[in-house]
Order: sequence, then C-alpha cells, then structure tokens
Amino acid sequence: MKVEQISIFIENKSGRLAEVTRTLGDAGVNIRALSLADTSDFGILRLIVDRTDLAKSALKAQGFTVNKTEVVAVEVPDRPKGLFGILHVLDQGAVNVEYMYAFVERCGENAVIIFRFDNPEEAIRLLVQHGFTVLEGERVYTM
Amino acid sequence: MNKSPIIDPATDRTPRIWDPVHECMGREELELLQMTRLHATLERVYRNVPCYRAKFDAFGVTPGDLHALSDLAKFPFTDKEDLRLNYPYGMFAVPLREVVRIHSSSGTTGKPTVVGYTRSDLQTWTELAARFMTAAGVTEDDIVHIAFGYGLFTGAFGLHYGAERIGASVIPMSSGNTDKQIMIMQDYRSSALVCTPSYALTIADRMEKLGIDPASLNLRVGLFGAEPWTQELRREIETRLGIVATDNYGLSEVMGPGVAGECLCRCGMHIFEDHFIPEIIDPDSGRTLPPGEVGELVLTCITKEAFPMIRYRTRDITRLDYAPCACGRTQVRMAKTMGRSDDMLIIKGVNVFPTQIEEVLFRIEGCEPHYQLVIDKVGAMDVLEVQVEVNERIFFDEMKRQRAFVDFVEKKLASALGVGARVKLVEPSSIKRHEGKAQRVIDKRNPSI
Repeated sequence: MKVEQISIFIENKSGRLAEVTRTLGDAGVNIRALSLADTSDFGILRLIVDRTDLAKSALKAQGFTVNKTEVVAVEVPDRPKGLFGILHVLDQGAVNVEYMYAFVERCGENAVIIFRFDNPEEAIRLLVQHGFTVLEGERVYTM
Repeated sequence: MNKSPIIDPATDRTPRIWDPVHECMGREELELLQMTRLHATLERVYRNVPCYRAKFDAFGVTPGDLHALSDLAKFPFTDKEDLRLNYPYGMFAVPLREVVRIHSSSGTTGKPTVVGYTRSDLQTWTELAARFMTAAGVTEDDIVHIAFGYGLFTGAFGLHYGAERIGASVIPMSSGNTDKQIMIMQDYRSSALVCTPSYALTIADRMEKLGIDPASLNLRVGLFGAEPWTQELRREIETRLGIVATDNYGLSEVMGPGVAGECLCRCGMHIFEDHFIPEIIDPDSGRTLPPGEVGELVLTCITKEAFPMIRYRTRDITRLDYAPCACGRTQVRMAKTMGRSDDMLIIKGVNVFPTQIEEVLFRIEGCEPHYQLVIDKVGAMDVLEVQVEVNERIFFDEMKRQRAFVDFVEKKLASALGVGARVKLVEPSSIKRHEGKAQRVIDKRNPSI
C-alpha cells in the first residue's frame, strides 16, 4: 500500500531544478507529483514518477544525490473538509505527519494527498479502518 | 639618526620608554647579552629537555658549538610538530612544581599546545607587556579595557598584567556582549582598548548603530593584536573610533603578547631582543636570510625558564629592519606579518588549521572529507563557512532531519575549533578539484598587508 518516492538534494543555485527535469525528460521519465522544501542554502525535491528506479539511476548518473523513500497516497474527495477528515483520524490515532503534498486527479473528482508518516503502517491501518482509499503504488505511477 | 622627540598625538606628550637600559642598548652590548643568555639556555635545554637533546644529537651539535650568535643557525628548528609529539609537558625545561601558570593555544590535531611559566617567566612577560604598552602610549593615567577572552589563550592575561605593572587601571572585560562593552567604555571612561582589530571595528559598527559618538568617549589608544591586519584597517579604526591604533605581536609558544610591539613611530614592531633572538629564514630551504629579506620569522627564547623555544618556526612571514628607530629604541623592528608559510587561518583571532576541520568531518558518520572553507568578512567580523558535499548517507528526505544534521556538524566544529563555523551542504563534486586535490581554502578577506 506504499508508494515509492525519490528525494533529490538540490543546491540553491540557478539551473539545478531545470537540470533535474532535463535529466528525467531525457530518460523518458514522467513526473506524477512533486514537492520542494527549501532553505536559503539547499532544497529537497521530492518526486513521484512513473519509473522510479530509472529516474533514480538517471539522476545519480548526472551526479545528483538521490534517496528512495516510501510514502502513502490517500484519495480524498475534492470538496471542503475532505482533508480534515483524514487529518482528524490521524490525529486521534497519534500518527505524525512529517510532510505532505497534494495533487488533483486528472478526472477532477478526487485529490490525492501524499503523506510521509513517522509510522506508516499504523497510518494505513487507521485510514483503511475509517474507510479512506489508500492508493497502491501502481495506481499512482500510472495516473 | 633622527633624535627629534616623538609626540604622542593622543596625549601631546613624549611617550616614555619603559626599560631604556635594555630597549636602547647598543648593538654590541646587546649581542654580548644575547650570547650569554643564549648559551645558558642551550645548555639548560640540552640538559633538561629530552626532545632538544635528541634533536641536537641528531644534528651533531652541542651547546659548546656556539661560539658566536651566527652559530645559532647550526642548531635544529623546533616546530609545532615537536610540541604535538611532546604533549602535554614534554618540552618543559623545569619540573612542574616550578610552573605557576599554564596557557595553551589551538593545535593541529585537536590537542592544544600547552605552555608553562615559572614565577620569573611571568615577571618577564609582565615587564615585556609593560614595554610595548608603554611604547603604544599607555601610562598610569589610563583605564585599560581588555576585551580579549580571559582563559587558556595568552592575550588577555599578558596585557592585563602589563597594564597593572604600568600602574594603569585595568578593566578585565573579556570578550563578547558588545553593548555592555560600550556601556562600560562610556561609564568607566576606558581610555585604552585591547582587543582584536576586527572586534574594534565591530565596536565601531555597533556604536554607529546606537548613535554613540566615539568623541564622547575617553578612548584614545588601541592595542590590537592576535590576528594580521592591514594599514587600511588601521586607518579605518583610527578614523571611526578617533584613536591611535597600534599593533603588537606574540605567540603563546614563545610567550604570548609581548614578543614585539609598535612604538608611536609605527614603522614596525620592536622585537625585545634581550629576550628573543629573531631570524628570518626561507621557509622552503630553511636557509637563514640576510637582514631586510622577507621570509619566515624564527624565534629563540633566551630567558624563558619553563618553556624555552629554540629556533621556533612561527610560520609568520615578515621582514626585519635593524635601522635605528626615531623613538630612540635600538631593538630590531619586524614588519606587520604578511602571511603564513603554512595553512593556518586566523579567524576572529583564533588559530584554525584546515586539518582540524577535516578531522571533525571524518569522525561524523557518513560524512566524506570533501569540504571547502570560505572565509569572509561580514561587517568587521570574520565568518567561516564550511561547505560539505552531500551524499546519500547524510541526505535525508525530511527537512527536520537535514537541518538537525547541519546543526550537529556546526556544534562539533565549534567545539573542536573554538570558533563558530557555518555549515553549508553542497552538491557532490561541486567543490573544484585540482589534479585530484581539492582547493580547501578560499579566503575572501583582504589578505595583502
């Protein structure tokens, strides 16, 4: 029930993000979702792509520092209080969110929230128990 | 020789000479004194310090081979490595029970250099500090504000006792807390400021921000040392603080501040030759260079009891001028130091070797020793940035952990170096390599003196 994500260390200087996307494009990798956390010195770019291992090896070959991590993708109805319902359940279950980001599905019915949890197994158990749709990796890669 | 008296611009008086007998001694008489003292020192270290005995033996020289001062060049050099190998007390020439004070300086391997003083050494140090402080115009009427850190470093204590000996009123302020420093300068009417030249500028900056006119203070003279500084910086400090800024020189291995100091002619720092014999050598060949040439300063202590250094390689690049000085002192003058013959950096007055940083990084799990040091000035203060190349083992997907890692490295560096460093993570291979060897240091401060 987990989704593979790659994280890339990016120094805060011009052209680095462009270089990442160029490298992925040259390798024929498609980006599904992304988030960038940054400081004045550096950023951490997190990506979900259609071919994780290919993306990782292509970026490493270009000298980037890349880690693979597992995140959880949850489908949430694209309407007010949709996200609250999820966070409320997690809060009640004392599961912490390290970070999260979202994108809207192509058909526009649902949003997908990508979560990094301190305890992903417990988070998945809670979400499933409360009737939320936790997406399989394959679903997300091919969205 | 120009005999016209020098007037202290801050007091309109002719500054006195603390110890005219020694400071104005004729060259011939001085050399005789040096010869006697040098011979006694060589005898003593040969007898009491196994390291010197071994080194002299390896060179095939004994104290008996000293027939003229020029014979000193036959003796081996002493360097920081000897001090490291004999850490902590191996270079002491007296039993510890005769040592009444211990100081230290930063070293290359995380271990500091330990130096000791007998009661008589402390008296000498106090006298010599009084000499150069008097030469800079300090008198018993002054209120001496010491903003060097009190502790293992020699700076604060050296000038503290020198100023007391002169009869000045000493404020043992120590370093840091600039606002409080300024308040005390205003309220206690400090007239002589002792600190690093960059800290003097920090004080000037802060006073400007607080809207305090330096002319409203009693400050008239500054005694600045512990780091190299330029004539431009001198002019800036003088203009902005409205004081006479003087330079002095010393290193803890040799004694601390009081090895040499400027008189108000400010044409070089008089080395107190009745206690230290200076030589200038070619740092590569070790050959002694003729007077006037630029090279590495080598110092021999000829009166120290506890920790006499024989031909100690200071690694400071300078030149000596034996021409008589208009102030009346006959002792040789060394130019402001022009650089180092090793890779030592002086950051906020603290000695830092790139190898110390390398060691800290080596010990951190996952850290590779691909680093670069960038030293710059922000305002008047030195800022050290350590750039570390990131790799998968020290790259975390969570910002919280990534920041925690940077904080951890910064704490380790600060405790090893004794001075704060900012850590910046950079992408792998972004630090330029020259023939496989990284360019370790980029010093953006004005290095030319």
